Amino acid sequence: MKILIIEDEQDMLQNMKDFLEKENFIVETANSILQAQNKIGVYSYDCILLDINLKDGSGFSLLEDLKKKNIEDGVIIVSARNSLDDKLEGLNLGADDYLAKPFHMSELNARVKAVLRRSHFKGNNKIKLGNLCVDIDEHKVDIDQTPLNLNRKEFEILLFFVSNQNRLVNKSALAEHVWGDHIDQADNFEFIYSQIKNLRKKLKDAGAEIEIKAVYGIGYKLVEA
Amino acid sequence: MKLLNYTTSYFAAILFLLLGIWAVIFYVEMLDEIYDSLDDGLGNQKTLIINRAKNNPENLKRLDFQDGSYTVRSISNSQAITFKDSYRDTLMYMHNENDFEPVRLLETVFKEGDKFYKLKIITSMVEEDDLIEDLLFSLILLYLGLILSIVLLNNLILKKIWNPFYSLLHQLKNFRLEKDQKINTVSSNIDEFNLLNTRIEQMLDKSISSYNSQKQFIENAAHELQTPLAISINKLELLVEHEELNEQQIELVASVLNNLEGLTRMNNSLLLLSKIENQQFPDEQEIDFNDLITNLKHDYKDLAGHKQMEIKIESTSVLKYTMNKGLARILLSNLLKNAIIHGEKGTEINVMISVNSFRISNSSKHGALDTTRVFSRFQKNPGSKNSTGIGLAIAKTIAKKYQLQLDYTFTQEHNFHLYK
Repeated sequence: MKILIIEDEQDMLQNMKDFLEKENFIVETANSILQAQNKIGVYSYDCILLDINLKDGSGFSLLEDLKKKNIEDGVIIVSARNSLDDKLEGLNLGADDYLAKPFHMSELNARVKAVLRRSHFKGNNKIKLGNLCVDIDEHKVDIDQTPLNLNRKEFEILLFFVSNQNRLVNKSALAEHVWGDHIDQADNFEFIYSQIKNLRKKLKDAGAEIEIKAVYGIGYKLVEA
Repeated sequence: MKLLNYTTSYFAAILFLLLGIWAVIFYVEMLDEIYDSLDDGLGNQKTLIINRAKNNPENLKRLDFQDGSYTVRSISNSQAITFKDSYRDTLMYMHNENDFEPVRLLETVFKEGDKFYKLKIITSMVEEDDLIEDLLFSLILLYLGLILSIVLLNNLILKKIWNPFYSLLHQLKNFRLEKDQKINTVSSNIDEFNLLNTRIEQMLDKSISSYNSQKQFIENAAHELQTPLAISINKLELLVEHEELNEQQIELVASVLNNLEGLTRMNNSLLLLSKIENQQFPDEQEIDFNDLITNLKHDYKDLAGHKQMEIKIESTSVLKYTMNKGLARILLSNLLKNAIIHGEKGTEINVMISVNSFRISNSSKHGALDTTRVFSRFQKNPGSKNSTGIGLAIAKTIAKKYQLQLDYTFTQEHNFHLYK
């Protein structure tokens, strides 16, 4: 899978590159619209991460360009301008997703994978992990072909972990991903802890060959048992 | 009291006093003058009568005033020597008026031949009470005339003269710094008004520009913080994945991460606040608060459930306000979140919707909050270290933007009441 990151903030670019390379993606970078146009003209990418405020113009114009040329690469807008208008404009111009800065790496990872799944596994969207099979479109989880009964939130937690398997998932990243901005305040430690506890119990009772490990103070990590 | 009426009332009082004093002086002077001229007339008559008496001795004996205005009678020498001319006022019966009327009387003595005669001459005199009455009447007329002309003057001329002042005042009355409006001053020939206008224009320009730059500063600062915050958090997330870190080191990184995340939340809240204040949410639509709170109840089900809290919604009426959809959601979710976070475990959160009123209550452990500060920024509950203390400030700002009242009261429970 090839990913192009278009971002003029060097540190930001490097972070995303480092993280995504650990996920075994082939990552290329561009720090201006011109550079990006050159790369897009020559290669094709599975996913493009596009910053809006670039020094030689707006990412929106590049996006318009891409769509005019019928380039089918998945595009995720990454912007520091967290405004609804920008989000709507980006999505109207054909972007697949919109991610506001600052974001957690695990969130980026989940979004990239969702875009890739949508474009590459149309219809047959399943992830296998040990004896676990997650059907993303149907919102179902099987363990050894036996359906596991999860509520909507538990499913989302599990999917987020599965997208970030073997990576450290920050608990606030998890909270934001699953509950939006609804629990960004106090008490989220305990709250998330109790949600994870329930999920762990269900997984364990069903004999899943995966484990959600706690990493003290930071969050959790999903590993194959 | 208005400026114009104020000066008018002062003028009226001063004029009253001045005219009163003037009237007394005028009256005394006039009376003096009248007496003077009456006495002159009497003196002249005296000469005429004496002259006539020399020619016609018959005239030397007139004992009463029957058809003339004088009497003559002889007196003894001894009386005549001690006698001095006297002018005085007296009363005399007037047949035409059927009453005693004041007259001016001259008593004098003259010598004709060897004999002395006493001469009394009268002349009718001003009736003082009539004079005073006339004077008073004219004075009142004059006074009213003056007051009327002052009022007219004030209203026509002064109003015109003070127009720049009133125009300025009117605009200042409706001036709101956050509305970004201009003050239009009326130029005038009067130096003081021109000075006032220029000074006020300068001051307002300065206030507006510092208000704008303050707004800009918060927005820019919050905005510029996004990227470095993002970079720092992400770098730490990468760092913490290194296998060689021990538990202590991870704990340190976790603490830094937590603080950075807190900073990010606060930054986002500040950015939101300044966006609301900068009117960056123009789209408005009718929002059904019953629907909205029901949706939010569902969204917060997990968090409330975690604290074994129950959210009860009681609605007796439709409640709709026209506002931005996103902001309406933030307003209600901040109130609900606040109730869940600060409410006690295992209690109820009550939402009451009635005609033009939305009320949310949660139980309390600590008693009433400081009503003057509950909606201020960075007002934190000491018990919850993770809250930014901006949630209620945002709720209040949103309510204010749509001319809604958001009040806090305490009645065993914390109540937040939203109404128009």
